[in-house]
This record gives sequence, structure tokens and C-alpha cells, in this order.
Amino acid sequence: MLLIPCPWCGPRDEAEFHYGGQAHVAYPEDPAALSDEEWARYLFFRDNPKGLFAERWSHTAGCRRWFNAVRDTATNEIHAVYRTGEPRPVIA
Amino acid sequence: MTAQPYRREGVTGKTVRFRFDGRDYEGLEGDTLASALLANGVRAVASSVKLGRPRGVYAAGCEEPNALVQIEEPFPEPMLQATTVELYDGLVATGLPGQGRLADRPDPARYDAVHAHCDVLVVGAGPAGIAAAGVAARAGGRVILADERPEPGGSLLGTTETLDGRPGREWAAEEVAALAALPEVRVLRRTTVVGHYDDNYVVAVERRTNHLGAAAPAEMARERVWRIRATRVVLATGGHERFVAFAGNDLPGVMLAGAARTYANHYRVLPGRRAVVFTTDDSAYAAALDLADAGVEIAAIADVRRAPGEAWAARCAERGIEVLTGYVVTAAKGEGEVSSVEIGPRGAGATREVAADLLLVSGGWTPVVHLFSQAGGTLRYDEGLGAFTPGETRQAVEAAGFARGVGGTGVRTLRACLEDGAEAGRRALAAAGFAVASGHRLPAAEEEPTAAPAEHLWLVEAGDYGTHFVDLQRDVTVADVLRATGAGLTSVEHVKRYTTAGTAHDQGKTSGLLTSGVVAHALGVDVAELGTTTFRAPYTPVSFAALAGRDRGPLHDPVRVTAMHEWHVARGALFENAGQWKRPWYYPRPGEDMEAAVLRECRAAREDVAAMDASTLGKIDVVGPDAAVFLDRLYTNMMSTLKVGSIRYGVMCRPDGMVFDDGTVIRLADDRFLVTTTTGNAAAVLDWMEEWLQTEWPDLRVHCTSVTEQWATVALVGPRSRAVLARLAPGLAVGNDSFPFMTWRDTEVAGIEARVCRISFSGELAYEINVSSWFGLALWEAVMASGEVTPYGTETMHVLRAEKGFPIVGQDTDGTVTPQDLGMEWIVSKKKADFIGKRSYARADTSRPDRKHLVGLLPEDPGVLLPEGAHLVETSALPEPPVPTLGFVTSSYRSAALGRTFALALVSGGRERVGERLYAPVGADLVPVTVTSHVLYDPEGARRDG
Ligand SMILES: [Zn+2]
Repeated sequence: MLLIPCPWCGPRDEAEFHYGGQAHVAYPEDPAALSDEEWARYLFFRDNPKGLFAERWSHTAGCRRWFNAVRDTATNEIHAVYRTGEPRPVIA
Repeated sequence: MTAQPYRREGVTGKTVRFRFDGRDYEGLEGDTLASALLANGVRAVASSVKLGRPRGVYAAGCEEPNALVQIEEPFPEPMLQATTVELYDGLVATGLPGQGRLADRPDPARYDAVHAHCDVLVVGAGPAGIAAAGVAARAGGRVILADERPEPGGSLLGTTETLDGRPGREWAAEEVAALAALPEVRVLRRTTVVGHYDDNYVVAVERRTNHLGAAAPAEMARERVWRIRATRVVLATGGHERFVAFAGNDLPGVMLAGAARTYANHYRVLPGRRAVVFTTDDSAYAAALDLADAGVEIAAIADVRRAPGEAWAARCAERGIEVLTGYVVTAAKGEGEVSSVEIGPRGAGATREVAADLLLVSGGWTPVVHLFSQAGGTLRYDEGLGAFTPGETRQAVEAAGFARGVGGTGVRTLRACLEDGAEAGRRALAAAGFAVASGHRLPAAEEEPTAAPAEHLWLVEAGDYGTHFVDLQRDVTVADVLRATGAGLTSVEHVKRYTTAGTAHDQGKTSGLLTSGVVAHALGVDVAELGTTTFRAPYTPVSFAALAGRDRGPLHDPVRVTAMHEWHVARGALFENAGQWKRPWYYPRPGEDMEAAVLRECRAAREDVAAMDASTLGKIDVVGPDAAVFLDRLYTNMMSTLKVGSIRYGVMCRPDGMVFDDGTVIRLADDRFLVTTTTGNAAAVLDWMEEWLQTEWPDLRVHCTSVTEQWATVALVGPRSRAVLARLAPGLAVGNDSFPFMTWRDTEVAGIEARVCRISFSGELAYEINVSSWFGLALWEAVMASGEVTPYGTETMHVLRAEKGFPIVGQDTDGTVTPQDLGMEWIVSKKKADFIGKRSYARADTSRPDRKHLVGLLPEDPGVLLPEGAHLVETSALPEPPVPTLGFVTSSYRSAALGRTFALALVSGGRERVGERLYAPVGADLVPVTVTSHVLYDPEGARRDG
């Protein structure tokens, strides 16, 4: 069980959180202006890297806030957490 | 001769009576079942799973592969190792043929769970673990010391070593008692750490009353699962001895040398009278000498090495023990147990047979690296040990003592382990942020002879490998491994799966490395490069009851009941689970079955007046200046145009356009809405709203609050509902013009402040009366007081809505259904620039003509009820599989109003098939059905206004 550092509450057990998939996939400004392929990319296509991955978490059994984390999918190490709307930090 | 013929001379203690395989025996307090059986001369304890060969006690701890038993009394428990079952009065057990039987009665014991945090968790209370815990605890750290045995000491329990001039076992007991007295220290005995997960989340199982038998206090949890988050972990888990593959190495009487030493020293039992020792390192000499001192005749020591440790050889010479260097055991022989041992020079040469009832084997020692490996640590091969030791890890964990390979030659050296443990404890506490003073005093250990290098021998070569066992519990032999490598398998993981070696419930503690060794031998490669199989939790078997803890029976999942629940129970309602809610399903009258009750309830709702407890519907308060804008984006239809005082039905979809939830929206004020959701989706809808508000539209000034439990709701349904409401709410103008459909009024109902909504989920004239949940029961009782209102449950509600073609999200939809598929084109706004899902209705996929539409089905035989889930085909005879299916039945009921059965179904191109005959394969039959509109009752909507 991961120990996830909620940017609002501090470190808490993974069981308190819900996973929200890849971060920084914004709802398109004007969906009607997108081609079918562009819209399908937004709906269905997500990255699946081995290594660093920016992803969304929600502290559902805590403060109920969404935030982002950069996690290494191979080791489960969380390198950074940051608030929704903030840019992805650069991990050396 | 005592009653226990193999008990050492002069041993006294409290007698414990037990029964094994139908015979009564006596043991001593402090025995395990294994040591008590050995004391009574019981050699064959179990039989093997595949070959049915007799098997005896092989080890003295949780690594035991052979002596599997079932406890019969006081409570049945299968697949226990006799070496870990503590003896108690009244124990009844049987030996197992590799498989046990589950209890045929419910377990009366309690199980519990504890969550704990600490600075340093030390696993294992042997010399290294006690030293580590001592340093960390005396410097003020919060320390948990967990050990699987009933008493601390670890390897000290099996030896005659001294510390500060007294038996190591006494030192361990005193030191651990002193640590336990410190306020920040917790010592967990009989506690096995079974899993080491991410971020030092460690799971342990504490056995609290198993050793007490029938005397166990009923109020005490039998086992507790500890879930520990530790800043640092020190793994002082010691080692397991391994054996060597030779002919007949599974015969009762063959035993690990270290185990025999433990039986003689700790349990005061002689595992035999005359022993041959077969070894690859110095450690078995200590065992041989201890056994000799205890009264076992050591017939010979066969040492595969040319040069054993000189000091050991000298000690053997003093006692007249013959040491044969360069020798191996070529076979253990005997009928059902060892009666002689064949030994000979390694490679070739004349063998000779030595009479013996005991054969002690040491193939070297393997550090217990299970937890380190589970934690994500890498392993590296240690040439000196001939085993894998901990390598790198990113977790805050380190191994100490022999678990780290300290000693390095296959012989654990006590002083080195103490020092290593103390260092690990110091490092761990410093890393946890404590200032650690130096100068922790370690007890003085005896000088130990310098060890000679071990030789790593996996198997004794022979012509026939049929009884050279590698995994005793799985009955895997060298012959099996050779078959696997002969079939081209070159990875231990593949060999493991092909032969099942290492997959028994001992998880290959004695056999894992041996399997790697034999595979390496067969392939002519180095064990170091071949590697070992992956270690996975749990380290030892864990009962499901322990994992379940208190979360069983009524506590398995939270149960939610409405304010009116006790009335439903008193009226004999049967209940249906809707998520965690208990909802009345139907209210049978005496003599009624479900069908009769539901038909009666349906008639009352359509022809008279009936009421349902609708309190479980999800309710969310959506408040703020941008609430209307927000709901316009969430729902497919327009909510901002809704007038205060009015109600609108709405559907929410996902961005892919598929229906997610539906319900009503009530406008309470310009900036305030009350949204209802389906019962099962209430939490998901709130999550959905918060997700969009937080992650996409943080600029919207909206707050969402669940108010589901603040309200109790009664649905009052039927042509006479208006009359009943008028009587209960004299202050409310109930006429159709003053209180039209899809509006709400605040009033008093039965003297209770109430909000009444004119909405209908049945097509009939209907009202939903909402009051504070504190008054829910009072409202319900007032509605029921005159006796004219029929209570109805969820089954009737389902029938009524299905007759009207109202879908239930999650029953008639499955996440692949659009509003258009449901025949609800009208609810998808054309005016709004965007809403969640809109863009997807322009995708080619959502306008495919063969999409599944919600339709009605009428079985041609009006008495036939289709099973929900039944598929639909076009032809009256089934073609060869795969049979193309057009869709499936989502809802199916008997209708009082229609006087027949009917169903709803999702059918490919269904709306174009109205009038067609399709077939539903049900068992061996193909049931003919006619496709109709999904609205089967009152399609004009004439009944809505009463
Ligand atoms: Zn939080």
C-alpha cells in the first residue's frame, strides 16, 4: 500500500484515495471544432509509460480534493505531488 | 522407560495430553506437536501429496515441508505444520496426505485487526534482531519487535551457546522483557510478518489464543492482523537450512541437522538413537556434537569436503566420532523409515551401509530474504554461502545478521550477528531522525572456531534420480527437474511452473534454492546467473478469517437503512440490497408468494393508491451563482431555463456520450438546485460533480453537498393519491391547475414540514413527499394510518416503470448506451453549445444503424417469463456456434396492467424491428417473442394527472 503525500493533508494510506488516470488531459476548449480522430484521441488514448508518469489522484476519503502526482510506474516511487492547475514539475 | 521413550533423561515439566491419528499420547508443556510426536517415537507423521510416501518431521519451524497435520479438535483447521503447532491439552490432530479438509461448521473465534506506526520495525527476535531493537529502543525510538515464535531467541533457542556466561535463551528472554517494559516499545510474540509492501507497509499476523486450545478465552481475538507503517525496517529473519538431493532423502528419519539440534537442545527430545551426519559445511558438526552430548550415537559424519574445520574435527576425535571426508550419502534406506544409510566416496568408490535410525543433513544455510525481496530489493549471489543475499533496495529497509549473510561461510557467528544487528538498529533510528549515542553494550559471546569454507553440493549423482527429492511437499524429484530441462526449459520460473517445485504452501523455503541448484547443475550454468524464483507474500499461510477480521456477517459491509425501516420490518417486508441500502422488496400478505404480492401491489398503484419508501434516492444540493451553468454542462438537456418551483427530469452522460445517471432536478432558488440520483450512483455522481468542478471548471462558483440522509421520501402513487394527500395536507391546493405536474410545493403534511414534488416514476398520478429524515417514520405512519394506502416495494416499482418504458440506469443500460439508444432523443439538447457527451453524438459510432435500442418484447405465450440476460436471435433454429446475437433482455416481469408477461431488451436496430418476431434461447427452447415499443402502458400519458 502506497503512502501518498496529499498536498493538502500530508502522507496518507493509498486506501483513502481514488486513482484518476493520466494528468494534463484537458477537456478540449471547443469539442465541436475537433475532428473525429482528435475527439477519439481525447476520449480513448492515454500514455502507458514504464517510468515517470504524471497522474491524477483524488483524496476521496480525506479532503476530497484532486491533485496530481508524478509516480514511477516501475518502482511506485512518488517523486512529486502538486495541485491541480499547476504545471508538471521537472524531475531530474 | 518413560511414557515418552525419546524424551531426554531427567526432563520434567507439566504433562500435556493429546491425540494423534487416533492414538493418545503425552507430551510436555512447551512442546510443539512435532517435538511431542518425536518424543513418542512417531516417525511417519504424514504422507506425500502425489506419491503417498510416508513422511516425517524434517525441520523445526515454519520451513517444514513434510509434517502436515489437520487439527480436528477443538476446531478443525487444515494444513498446519506440526512444527509450528504448540501443544495443548485436548489437542486432536491427524496427519495429512498433502491436503486437508475445511471445517464443516462456522468458526466461533473472533479475529481482529490493528493498525500501528513506528520508527523502527524489527522482524525477528534472534541475536541480531534483539540487538537492533535494543539499540533503537534505548535511544528512545518507537520500536516494534515482531517474532513468530512463542519465545524470543531465534537461533539461540536451538543451540547451547552462552552470552555473558549464561544460556543464550535466558539472555534473550531477559533482554526482550527489559525492552518490552520501555514505554515506546511493543514486542509481538507469535507474530509472523507475512508481507512487506510499498513504503514500508508491513502486514503481520499475531496468533493470540491458538496455543491455548479449548482454554482460549472467548472474548479474546484468536488472531490479529497487524498493519504497520514503519519509518525503517530491520529484517533480522535469520536463515533456513537446506538439504541435498540423494536417493531416499524423504524417508522418515532424514532430518535437517539444525532441526535435530533444536529438538535435542530446546525441546529436550532425541530425534533418534543412532545417527549418520551428511554435511557440506561446519554447522552440522555443532549439531552432531550437541546430539552426541544428549545421548545420540553418531555413527559417522560424511563430509563432502576434503578439509572440514580443524577444531571441529578435533572435537569429533575426542568423542570417537568417525569423520569421513570427501564422502557423500548415496542413499537413505529402510521400510517406511530410515534403518540404514549408504555412504561412499564422492564420485566413485566402494560404498558401505551404516545402521542408523537418523540421518542428519546440512546442505548449507539460506538467508531468509523473502521480505527483502517482496519489498522490491534485489538479491545477489554470495559465493561463500552458496545462497542469495540482500542487494539493493529503494525502500527504507535493511537486513541484519544472518539474513544479510553475516558469517559468509555458511556458519552463523554469534558475535558478528549481534554486532551487525546493533549497527542496523543504530542506522535505522538515525535515519528515522533520532540522535543515537554510541556505547550500547552487547553481551559477551564465546569464541567460536574459525570456519572452513563450505562446499556447495546440490545433488549426489546417481543413475536413477526417481527418489532424489528436491521439493518434498510437491513430490518433485531431480528426475522431474531433468525432464523440465530436457524439454528445453532454461529459466527457474519456467521449471517451477512445469514441475510445481516451490509452489506448495511452504513456498519452497527448503527447496527453492535447491531447485535452482539442480537446474544449474543440469544446464551446466552457474546458480548465480540462473537466479532464483520471485518471493511473494504471504511468507507463511494466512487464514481468510484473519484477513476478514471483524468484517464478517452483518459487519462485512456497512448497512444503510431508512427512517422507516422498522415499520417495513414489522410488516414482514422482504428486503433487497441496493448498494449498501436495505430497500423493501415487497410486502407479502399471509399465503402470498412474491408473484401474488407484486401483482397485488401493482394493481393498487394503478387502480387505487399505494406508497413506497423512496428515501434512498441520492440527493445532492447544488448551490452557487454558477449552479445553473454547471448543471447545463453536466446534463444533456437545459437546466438553466428551469423556473423556481419547477422540476425537470435529466440525463447525465460521460464524454463518450454514454448514459451515466438520471434523475430529477428541482430548482429551489436562482442559485440553488436539488439534484436526485439513482440509489446506487449517489456517491459516484457527487464524485463526478466535484471532479469537473475541481479539475476542469475551477472558475465556477458552485458547491455540492450530499443531503441523501437528511431527507426521507414517500412516493404516494395512484389515481386516489390526490385525495389522500388532500386529507394529509389540508393547507395544500392539490388541484391539477394549482399544483401541476413537475412542480413542487413547500407545505405541511400530517403536521410535518414537507416539500411535495409532483413527479411520477410509474405514469400514474403521484407525489413525492419529502420531510426531514427525523420525521420520516411519522410521515410514513400518517400515510398508512387509514389503512387505505398499500405499501409497495422495489419490485413493484420496477414493474410499473418498465410498463412505461422508463429505463433503470445500470439495469437497462451498461455504459455502452446513449440516450438516443434509449429512445430519449428528446432529452438531448440541440440548443446548448456544449455539454458533456455532446461531441460524441457526432461520432460515426453513435449513429450506426445497428446500435442496440431499448425495445419492448412480448413473449408469444403471455404466460412465459423471459429470464433477464437471455439473448435474442433471428432464426427459429440455432445455427452452428458462434451464434450471432441481436441483443439481450434487460428487464422482465409479469404485468397486472397488461395481464401478461413482458420484457425490455437492448436489440440491434431494435426500433426498426418493431413487429418482428425474434427468438430467445432459454435452456433447450427457443422462445418466440414479438418486438414492440418500449412503452407498453398508457403511451399517451393520460394517467399522469389523475
Ligand atoms: Zn487530502
